[in-house]
Amino acid sequence: MVETGFIQKEKLNDFIKELSKDAVVYAPCLEGDTVLFKAFDADKTVCLDRPANNPPKLAIFPQSETLFNFTYIKDTEDPKKMSVEIKANTEFPKAVIFGSRPCDANGFLIYDRVYIDTNTPDPYYMGRREKTTIVTLCCNAPSPGCFCVAVGGGPANNEGSDVLITELEKGYFVEAVTEKGKAVLNAPQVESGASYADEAHKKQLESKKLVKNPFGKDCQPEISMSLFDSDEFWEKYLSKCLSCGACTYLCPTCYCFNITDEQMLNNGERIRSWDGCMFPHFTLEGSGHNPRPTKFKRFRNRVGHKFVYYPEKYNGVIACCGCGRCIRYCPVSVDISEVVSYLRGSQPDVSSGTKENAVTDTVKQEQK
Amino acid sequence: MISQKLQDAIAGVSDKVDVVIAYQQGFDKLHATPCFMTTPEEIKNVIWNPLCVHNLTSYLPSLKKKKVAVLAKGCDSRTILQFIQEGLINRENVTIIGIPCSGVISVNKILQAINHEPVEDVSFDEKGNITVKTSKGEKTFSLQDVCPDKCKTCRFPTPIVYDVLVGDPIESNKTYDDAYADIKEFENKPIEERLKYWEGEFDRCIRCYACRNACPMCVCQDSCIAETRDPHWISQRATLSEKFMFHMIHALHLAGRCVECGECERVCPMNIPVNKLKRKINLDMKELYNYEPGVNPEDKPPMYTFNVDEVTIKEHKI
Repeated sequence: MVETGFIQKEKLNDFIKELSKDAVVYAPCLEGDTVLFKAFDADKTVCLDRPANNPPKLAIFPQSETLFNFTYIKDTEDPKKMSVEIKANTEFPKAVIFGSRPCDANGFLIYDRVYIDTNTPDPYYMGRREKTTIVTLCCNAPSPGCFCVAVGGGPANNEGSDVLITELEKGYFVEAVTEKGKAVLNAPQVESGASYADEAHKKQLESKKLVKNPFGKDCQPEISMSLFDSDEFWEKYLSKCLSCGACTYLCPTCYCFNITDEQMLNNGERIRSWDGCMFPHFTLEGSGHNPRPTKFKRFRNRVGHKFVYYPEKYNGVIACCGCGRCIRYCPVSVDISEVVSYLRGSQPDVSSGTKENAVTDTVKQEQK
Repeated sequence: MISQKLQDAIAGVSDKVDVVIAYQQGFDKLHATPCFMTTPEEIKNVIWNPLCVHNLTSYLPSLKKKKVAVLAKGCDSRTILQFIQEGLINRENVTIIGIPCSGVISVNKILQAINHEPVEDVSFDEKGNITVKTSKGEKTFSLQDVCPDKCKTCRFPTPIVYDVLVGDPIESNKTYDDAYADIKEFENKPIEERLKYWEGEFDRCIRCYACRNACPMCVCQDSCIAETRDPHWISQRATLSEKFMFHMIHALHLAGRCVECGECERVCPMNIPVNKLKRKINLDMKELYNYEPGVNPEDKPPMYTFNVDEVTIKEHKI
């Protein structure tokens, strides 16, 4: 079986069409000036110029899905008695995510630990995950806000991907990363790629130098727990936060959900839908008490989950892939990489000016 | 430089307030970001340029108990007037630093024009041109070409209400009709075409509620019907009909209240033109009640009052 290949630029669309013959292909499609991961069809224009506005997580973890349908059935002998019939579907079609970025693919590894590598794997997530092949495009240049190299990733990392594609001048160099990925290279549009390997690997190395690292050389930012636990810190930096869900819903690693029942007469369905820790309802308890009543507490949780709690639980792995979407699309430009920089005991070095040092000092003084 | 004048103006009021809300540099040169200052040392970080797009007055109701100084452009000042009409702020607790504004810049329009390349530097000249530098070179745009549509027909370049004005007042020759010409043109399209348009737009909605949370006039807070189970009007399904319903309710709740700051539209990560709906309803409110939100502190919003006879509404004869 071939492990590398090459696709000429003009054949790319045919290649995607080929993949869509026996699978649902989720690809970044252009709508106006918005690039969105969507189920591909021949009417759509695939855009690989920049990362999509949304991550491809919806392919495996849809924004809403029916966990099961239920029907209450009256006992005709004894009308007071009701039984309930439940129908669940955990069979999913074969799918391909085409054009995810290394950060996006990395995001699924963060989900896997939660949804698959546990005593009670999630059949919905696992069902889709097993049927999905992830074809990732390396980034030739960073987008505004990107910081993948600061959280252990990189613009050409292959972790989480089945196939890695590198854009070259005349076409795309294709590398199979997994057995599942090798099947993709059998498409008729893929020609021999061995002669392009050097050029592609050179490009991959170059792109890594271009990504900013707001935590300096430190890929494992050490969080100062005294700052993390201080209300003043969060009030200082997050007063501008609007507490909307753009950051969580556009995040390739945010996996929290809500479960609601929708019922009409005797029939209904149980729905799982995305939820986000930035919403007050997320932690609203049945009693009416809300343990995270302010946006500061909620944002603290968002940072805590990604940079403190998840690493504690999963061997130091940070639950942020540095895609930069939460920074790019935040209505008020809250920059999580900046907030984490401030939270470190040491000073941020590269790409952070005296402004940041000055404010960090201010908070430290406030602490005293 | 206006930035220096502004910093001086802030320094002049900062000792009388608990917090000053202004702008500072954001994560790159193309983005400004709101800043909340509590010490005089921070004033040097304040910037003012056409990238200062956010409506900072939106934060005022949540800071109702504090003494706040806030920067307000002409359009933003309408928000304050509407807050006053609806009793959402204590005017005496707010110090308004007004800034006459000849138009801001739509970051999205710039990004589109530079093919979403990371920005290395941004500069402005006296004529209001913006030059953006990327790794692919420099491009200069005139403000007219890259401003949000609301700036093209702005009638209130100078704040209507302020305590301190930084800079000289600017006159506008735009009329009410200018401001709504696009809406009138849109509503003349066949209903099928309009429905298809909105279905296409709302299909992208991810229900992140950035539009709602950025809206200065959205006051339901955590009781918004988009999420509550009591009342249970909208499910959590990510379907077009649920998204449509949310946006319709959002728009209707702003009938005669929307000050058209355009924040809902600016913040949408999916680029949905949601302000269009609210502007259409404002047009109707003008026709029915001869009312325009956020222009006069003495006005009463029509939905806050009840007149047995509305002079502009024809009575139904039974």
